[in-house]
Amino acid sequence: MKKYILRRVIISIVTIWLIVTISFFLVHVLPGNPIAVNSGKILSTETLDKLTEYYGLDRPLSEQYLIYMKNLLHGNLGYSYKYAGQTVNGIIAKTFPVSAQLGLQAYLISIPLGFLFGIIAAKRRGKTVDYLLVGFSALGVSVPVFIVAALLQLIFAVELKWFPVSLWKGFSYTILPTLTLALGSIAGRTRSMRTLMLEIVNEDYVKTAKAKGLSKAVIVWRHQIKNAVIPMIPMMGMELVGILMGSFVVENIFAIPGIGSYFVTSVQALDYTMILGLTVFLGVFVVIANFIVDIIYGVIDPRIRVTK
Amino acid sequence: MEPLLNVEDLQVSFQTFAGEVAAVRGVSFQVNKGETLVIVGESGGGKSVSMQAIMGILPMPPARIKGGRITYKGEDILSKSDKEMEKYRGKEFAMIFQDSMTSLNPTMRVGRQMTEGIRKHQKVSAQTAKEIAIDMLRQVGLPNPDKIYKRYPHTLSGGQRQRVMIAIAISSKPSLLFADEPTTALDVTMQAQILDIMNQLKKDTGASILLVTHNLGIVAEMADRIAVIYAGQIVETASARELFFHPKHPYTWGLLGAMPGMETDKSTELYSIKGTPPDMFCPPIGCAFAPRCAYCMEACRKEAPEEYREENGHSTRCWLLDERAPKVEAPTAVIPKPLLNEEEVQ
Ligand SMILES: Nc1ncnc2c1ncn2[C@@H]1O[C@H](COP(=O)(O)OP(=O)(O)O)[C@@H](O)[C@H]1O
Ligand code: SF4
Ligand SMILES: [Mg+2]
Repeated sequence: MKKYILRRVIISIVTIWLIVTISFFLVHVLPGNPIAVNSGKILSTETLDKLTEYYGLDRPLSEQYLIYMKNLLHGNLGYSYKYAGQTVNGIIAKTFPVSAQLGLQAYLISIPLGFLFGIIAAKRRGKTVDYLLVGFSALGVSVPVFIVAALLQLIFAVELKWFPVSLWKGFSYTILPTLTLALGSIAGRTRSMRTLMLEIVNEDYVKTAKAKGLSKAVIVWRHQIKNAVIPMIPMMGMELVGILMGSFVVENIFAIPGIGSYFVTSVQALDYTMILGLTVFLGVFVVIANFIVDIIYGVIDPRIRVTK
Repeated sequence: MEPLLNVEDLQVSFQTFAGEVAAVRGVSFQVNKGETLVIVGESGGGKSVSMQAIMGILPMPPARIKGGRITYKGEDILSKSDKEMEKYRGKEFAMIFQDSMTSLNPTMRVGRQMTEGIRKHQKVSAQTAKEIAIDMLRQVGLPNPDKIYKRYPHTLSGGQRQRVMIAIAISSKPSLLFADEPTTALDVTMQAQILDIMNQLKKDTGASILLVTHNLGIVAEMADRIAVIYAGQIVETASARELFFHPKHPYTWGLLGAMPGMETDKSTELYSIKGTPPDMFCPPIGCAFAPRCAYCMEACRKEAPEEYREENGHSTRCWLLDERAPKVEAPTAVIPKPLLNEEEVQ
């Protein structure tokens, strides 16, 4: 087990290094000059040259790379080109918690509800409840997020006035964006869980459980659910990463100061340091999440544990 | 004496997208107390479906019991609710499945899979249930039962898993043990040991066994009585000796002729069964075996044969037994040589 963890840590470090290096060179291949793009006014060639020198953009790429890597080792992601005077670290520290809170709330709602709906639909297969839930999950997966958001705003904010329309100034402000984000997850999970539960009904070990005289509820709870959840774990880990990283659309519609928007705006602005910083941040996050998912998977599924 | 289990005209079908599959089309048989009834027949004949219908573990839908009567200890169990049947399953009835790899829950320890049934039926404490379970594991011949108790199924060998299955099945001392091809996945030595364990249970507790196999060697060793099933119907039933020495149905002849270790002269060739069983989406009107039967007569295709019963309990569903039919003897080549000699000696 120790050896396994050590190997995983080394692989993770190499992975992150590869991500950073490839992104670094890709970013610098993007056409355009970030200083010209972000200054907001037409610069004279002279000023442009000076600023380019100031930011070190005139040096050979290999040298820039070494400097970036050195800073990165100290956890320093550099200054943003777009937001003058702000560090990338600072921006992430300020915006990530907002997205993470929103994402976590949505995630925590979607897990029990998705599982519950899936189980109910499977148990009531072919009945009205099943059709309703299948319809709901088909809609939830296919209707675009901005429409869901707009509908929720219209109904619960404009008409009923239960919650504020937008902004981020307290818990009540989080409800509608949380629901918007959660809906897709719930729908997707309902569908997967229903399918898996229906497959498992035909497994031989369910027949064995029945042959022991166990009650229906015990069979579902003890034998079916766990075996249905196991194949969903890897997906759920990646989903958590995605949902914590914020959503450009949801954050824009609800005017939420989260990290999601920066993934889009930093590329538009050729904000080199911001793009790289976000990539590194996301990369580390994904690698760690993968690691945790693997460990959880091993604990829950005994078949994995023994082979390692 | 009233039989322990009486199945009369059981009919089971499956509702599928392609239509209705008539899997079991009027199966009747009895199992007496303390006896082993073996059901033999090609795969697809309806053996598993019949057994699972009796235990009430068929998934419905797609399965549907279309008719028939099943009485156990004189009680009509088909009319019982699923809830009432929970008291029978795992207590009165227990089942050993064919594939121990897929029949044990992969994410649950052996111990838990045993104790959940024990606690349900014997109403004992967790500690007592554990002791019973470990004792059962020892009884089925597993060394280090307390270690096996804590293992997950995939860490055990095929033989060990099948022993665990048996331990689960016999832990509440069932009166009727169903075994659906319990040794098919195992090698010959293991097969013999598993059969021994089943016979031991029968001796110790007086349990009855309903065994399905298509290995006639096992039939010879285990059976008190034999029922031959074809296309969802029992075509011949008799005591084991009677069936081996005086088989009357051409399908039985074919099965016996295909038994390994038989002389493979011309006559055996003639009685091995060619072709495939009928399509159960539209079962034939006449005798289901007609297209493959070397003795098929005109009547066979028009009307399903009735059951001809003899006083010794031998009954056969074949027009050859009608008095108007030509007399046909079982080809001697299909009667097992070692058994034949044995009879001559006696
Ligand atoms: N779930 C199912 N859906 C449709 N048909 C089935 C199902 N299970 C069994 N059958 C059909 O029932 C018939 C009998 O099957 P079975 O009892 O398993 O045969 P066997 O004698 O080999 O045990 C077969 O024709 C099979 O195709
Ligand atoms: S009834 Fe006719 S077709 Fe059927 S087994 Fe007997 S002889 Fe053959
Ligand atoms: Mg079968």
